[in-house]
Amino acid sequence: MTAQNSDCWRWQEYHRVMPGKSYTSNDVATAGIDVGSVGSKAAVLVNGEIYSWGITRTGSNSPESATKVLDWALKDTDIKQSDIKYIVGTGYGRVNVPMANKALTEIACHAKGANYIWGSQVHTVLDVGGQDIKAIRCDDTGRVTSFLMNDKCAAGTGRGMEVFADLLKIPIEEIGEISLKIDEEPPAVSCTCVAFAKTEAVGLLRKGWSKEKVIAAYTKAMAVRMSTLINRVGLEPALVITGGQSKNIGIVSRVETALGVKCLPTPNWRENELDPMIAGALGAGIFAKALYDKSQTQ
Amino acid sequence: MITVGLDIGTQSVKAIVLNDDDKILARAQTFSGFDPAKAIQDVIEQTLKTAGITQADINAFAVTGSSVELAPSNATTVSMMSADAKTATTLFSKVQTIIDVGAEEARAVKCDERGIMTDFVVNERCAAGAGTFIEAMARALEIKMEDMGTLSIKAERASSINASCVIFGESDVVSLIHKQEPKHEIARAVYDAMADRVSSMVHRLGINPEIVLLGGVAKDIGFVTSLKRKLGVDILIPEFPEYAGALGAALIVAAKERVR
Repeated sequence: MTAQNSDCWRWQEYHRVMPGKSYTSNDVATAGIDVGSVGSKAAVLVNGEIYSWGITRTGSNSPESATKVLDWALKDTDIKQSDIKYIVGTGYGRVNVPMANKALTEIACHAKGANYIWGSQVHTVLDVGGQDIKAIRCDDTGRVTSFLMNDKCAAGTGRGMEVFADLLKIPIEEIGEISLKIDEEPPAVSCTCVAFAKTEAVGLLRKGWSKEKVIAAYTKAMAVRMSTLINRVGLEPALVITGGQSKNIGIVSRVETALGVKCLPTPNWRENELDPMIAGALGAGIFAKALYDKSQTQ
Repeated sequence: MITVGLDIGTQSVKAIVLNDDDKILARAQTFSGFDPAKAIQDVIEQTLKTAGITQADINAFAVTGSSVELAPSNATTVSMMSADAKTATTLFSKVQTIIDVGAEEARAVKCDERGIMTDFVVNERCAAGAGTFIEAMARALEIKMEDMGTLSIKAERASSINASCVIFGESDVVSLIHKQEPKHEIARAVYDAMADRVSSMVHRLGINPEIVLLGGVAKDIGFVTSLKRKLGVDILIPEFPEYAGALGAALIVAAKERVR
């Protein structure tokens, strides 16, 4: 799954159909579409269980991105868009999902999706998106009880990691492992402003730091910002991370160190397990199923 | 006596050569790039050549800026705020409030009538409010940075953008373009947002007219227009605002050298 081209700093687009699942016209298909600031994700569920998903980049046009990612999630399945009974849109571009029956906030969807992926023991969810970080508290059913998000500054978000990956020409999928290839953990960089990331990195490389050490210092600074947000909302175990950075072992391990707790393990998304990046879309698809059921009883 | 003033900024290096009467004999600037040591050497050589002198003629060497550690070891370090204060009070006699907006930092400096810095506020670690903001927004608007100022002053009103962060602002600009908002209104929003941040720093120090604006961004008509509107007072700008740091540092060190 490694990308070698000039786009190595972006998460690769892919789609997957869960093995061993089937769909007939008697089943209820629902979908969740999460149009994020950087990536768009769609999850297709059959009878409330994950069936397939797709991850694409968000283009400049949200409706087009939503259409594209849903087509992508339905690729190689027996389900057509017209078979889908209910669609919930979420994420930064949720009001621009033309085929959605309803739009819900990504906070509710991420908590619900995390509850599905890891189970009822999840009580704190850190969602690291392309342009925001959210610390969410939820109950055993995945219902949100409180949350905090950074909305004034992009420091510590996935976008910052992308800028570093691009600058140092390291695939985003590998940047976490590379950040751990150091003899000793360097101090965190003093400035996490995404717009200054380039100057910061160039300055450290000039000082003779290795690429690994520069990434380690930046990853640490990001993890510190995330941990501060979690502490402010109040950490109640178990903790999980969703969004692209949940797949960055450098981030996960440093958040664990900063907070002194272990996160529930990231599913093996490279194989046949769920991808924590789709938690929002998955949660939206679960809400879609509940909303469909409700509409049938009325 | 020949004095060289060097300003090593985050984006460019500026050098200035003064004669015994503090008159500017030469000035030059270049991008720092990946090899700032070479950039420093280049600007010094260029100014010496223009001034028609050699290294051996230099009597005093002053340095200021964000990367003073890269300067030759014989250089005397001057703080950026002190350099701002010296330049402003030398060029404009009654000035006590100085604003300096560079590529990655904006600051407001207060000084007494002798040109000694007494207080300052700095916007650091955040690109919103510095030149980088304009650069990023020009890129998002797909226009040249040097054209953005003239474009913005045509606008009667400003669009609404998130001004707290360059990255968020960039997303806003992209979606405004898709909504087909006029580019000049978006451009004005960018400058208004910057002017808001900068003027709030000035207000924290208290406004004492006259106000002087220094730094590379002082050459941007869009920013200057928005800042004047926001502060409601006139702003003085020297001929070469981007050399304010190098000049101030050189003036301070030259004065000390004369006393010795």
